[in-house]
Amino acid sequence: MRTALIVLRKDLLLELRGFETLPAMVLFSIVTFVIFHFGLNRPTIDGQLAAAVLTVTLLFAAMLGINRLFVAEREQGGFDAFLLAPVDRTALLVAKAAALFVFLVVLEVIAVPAFAVLLLGPPIGRVLPGLVLVLLLGNVALSVVGTLVSAIAVHTRARDLIGPIIGLPLLIPALIGTARGVGPLLAPHASGSPPAKWLAILALYDLVFALLSYAVFDFLLED
Amino acid sequence: MDQPPAIELRGLARQFGERTALRNVSVRVPAGATLAVLGHNGAGKSTLLRVLATLLRPHEGEVLVLGEPLPRRAFAVRGRLGLLAHEPLLYRDLSGRENLQYHARLHGTTPERVEEVLAAVGMERRAEEPLRQLSRGMVQRLAVCRAVLHQPKLLLLDEPRANLDPAASELVEPLIGRAAGVTRVLTSHDPRAALAEADIVLALRNGRPAFVGEPGKLDSGKLAELYT
Repeated sequence: MRTALIVLRKDLLLELRGFETLPAMVLFSIVTFVIFHFGLNRPTIDGQLAAAVLTVTLLFAAMLGINRLFVAEREQGGFDAFLLAPVDRTALLVAKAAALFVFLVVLEVIAVPAFAVLLLGPPIGRVLPGLVLVLLLGNVALSVVGTLVSAIAVHTRARDLIGPIIGLPLLIPALIGTARGVGPLLAPHASGSPPAKWLAILALYDLVFALLSYAVFDFLLED
Repeated sequence: MDQPPAIELRGLARQFGERTALRNVSVRVPAGATLAVLGHNGAGKSTLLRVLATLLRPHEGEVLVLGEPLPRRAFAVRGRLGLLAHEPLLYRDLSGRENLQYHARLHGTTPERVEEVLAAVGMERRAEEPLRQLSRGMVQRLAVCRAVLHQPKLLLLDEPRANLDPAASELVEPLIGRAAGVTRVLTSHDPRAALAEADIVLALRNGRPAFVGEPGKLDSGKLAELYT
């Protein structure tokens, strides 16, 4: 855990210095909401349609972060430097997933209010705790699977293509779980709590992929 | 009495797909000695260093580094060796001090050691600047700091003086030169400089050993042949 915190601290510092990932993710989300606003030709949306627009936009924005997750390690020798240190290699998985999780939380802090202003009909205040819970579970899925996919893709020449090609199909169950969890919260006169079934499915997905990633990550770093 | 070797290679081979990068490489390097690896561009020098650094797996043969067989005991070797590679292995957006502090934390080394090595290479005044603002020579000095930060027992030095002017070369000498008092494996674009530092020479030609022995036994004709 100590090593993961060291790498996470370095990754966040790198992002603060370079601002290469987060601004792109935020800008992409807001532009996509604007496009939906005009494309749907409706002043507001709600319910399952609103949930789909929000979760799909966040998923595609996450892909931008996923594609860049290991770029500094690959281009600036961070992989070799890390591998030369006497540390557990899975610390890199934990650190990168945590960094992506932080990026997604920052993204949502900006993108969700922007979505509420640009597209959403019903007020978001009453359902916010439930929405945060579903999005956090979705973020875990995106972070874990995204880190795994990014670690595979970064060793290939077509890494910008491999990320979405492998990542998006793997993330379909997480997308369904998040969208179905969010949908009832964005309906007119919604209650504050998300459906327990979809929360459980998301939590199970997170657990399965966290264990799977932990099991295979070491091999991805091997020569 | 014979000292246990710091490095022992027996029939090492390494391929990249169909291409043979190293074939049948055998050499024994006693602790504290310097091995110079010579050869033309693409002869396999950097590949050999990466195998010794545990970054590449040997495909055939036996590799013992600091008494540990690779790749099985690679974990026991990491942290006891320092690699100065072609790339500095440092982040361009971080300052020299931030980079070294990161590596110090990974290796469990103290912050005082960071300041010690920065001072040793004369970089303490520019240590707050991001690497992308520094000259290549300065980045190389920081790369030397990174390689020796954790006081390794084995130094793997790939063109260690590349980009360094004579003054900077002198500055890094106590850290990576013979005075460092550790086992060294070094490659150099200048074979005569490498020979002057070497106790043993391994000359590679297309990945195969063309000469293994004391530097005095490598005559100038053989040396010239290596680079043609």
